[in-house]
Amino acid sequence: MTDELDIKTAIKDTLPTVFGYIGIGLAFGVVSQSVGLSVLMVVLMSAITYAGSAQFIMVSMLVSHNPVVSIMVAVFLVNARMILMSTVVAPYFKKDSMLKNIFIGALLTDESFALSMNKVNYTDHKMSFEWFNTANLIAYFTWMIASGVGALLGQLVAHPERLGLDFALVAMFIGLLYLQVIADRSLAKSLQLIVILAEAVIIYLGLIFIPGNLLLVVGTLLGCATGVVIKHAFY
Amino acid sequence: MLSTSYVLLTIVGCGIVTLLSRTLPFVLLKNHSLPPLVVELLSFVPITIMTALWVTNLFTQHLGHLPSVNYENLFASVPTVITAAITKSLLWIVIVGVVSLAILRAVM
Repeated sequence: MTDELDIKTAIKDTLPTVFGYIGIGLAFGVVSQSVGLSVLMVVLMSAITYAGSAQFIMVSMLVSHNPVVSIMVAVFLVNARMILMSTVVAPYFKKDSMLKNIFIGALLTDESFALSMNKVNYTDHKMSFEWFNTANLIAYFTWMIASGVGALLGQLVAHPERLGLDFALVAMFIGLLYLQVIADRSLAKSLQLIVILAEAVIIYLGLIFIPGNLLLVVGTLLGCATGVVIKHAFY
Repeated sequence: MLSTSYVLLTIVGCGIVTLLSRTLPFVLLKNHSLPPLVVELLSFVPITIMTALWVTNLFTQHLGHLPSVNYENLFASVPTVITAAITKSLLWIVIVGVVSLAILRAVM
């Protein structure tokens, strides 16, 4: 990476990440098609909701006929991290217009966030609308096309469960968790591991008496509170 | 079969939720900052939510009773975690995870 922040550099910086989007997008398309979503609905979900991992949750909740509001709450919780990422990125665009701010925010993803946080280490903590917007747009169109192609390919597969593709979601959670732990330098590694273990225990116990969707909310908030308490007591 | 209106309503509803999550901080923080305690609480969200999503997939819920173990997902998680440590690449992590489950289903 260099300190350049023009569109051409943004394309060069972003290309290595598109393979990740293609893989998950294909998996999302195949899985969604296999449980009964049409190709059009798959593409619309990727284009309108554009929520990455949360789209897998939407599909699984649609299949079990959850109320729309429950699905919206679940998606909000899974994407609550977006609030955090936007909160971190927003100060870089304080001088840009409100419209440009909203446009950057609307297409912000885990990967463009992670990439930009890496990039500012090379640019003396400067960021440009052109660079970030290019990274965002490449991610957006790659995701949309990959999920559509996945849905089309899914029609050719007779027994999708044999391919194990339903594990793509769980594998991505594992991957994002691992990558988060090794990339986040603001929290001590030992603290993160303790919080992860505490969260696993909270979820296991919660499974006994808290219904699934509510458990994700309650469990996550309890885990965050536990993290804050441990951090203040021992770190 | 899923009705088109149900799916569309969900897509748009979740789209609004996601859009607000992403853009409101930009709008609100143009002139303000969050209280430090809230920022601190939010800093744990990525790891706790991912852990919660992973662990709920390792068990099957039976309200009022201990959850039972989902052995397929538990066993498939092992090579997936190892791949994460070795490659640090989301693509490989997903490929190995999916192939692991496919192999487990073929032999179990």
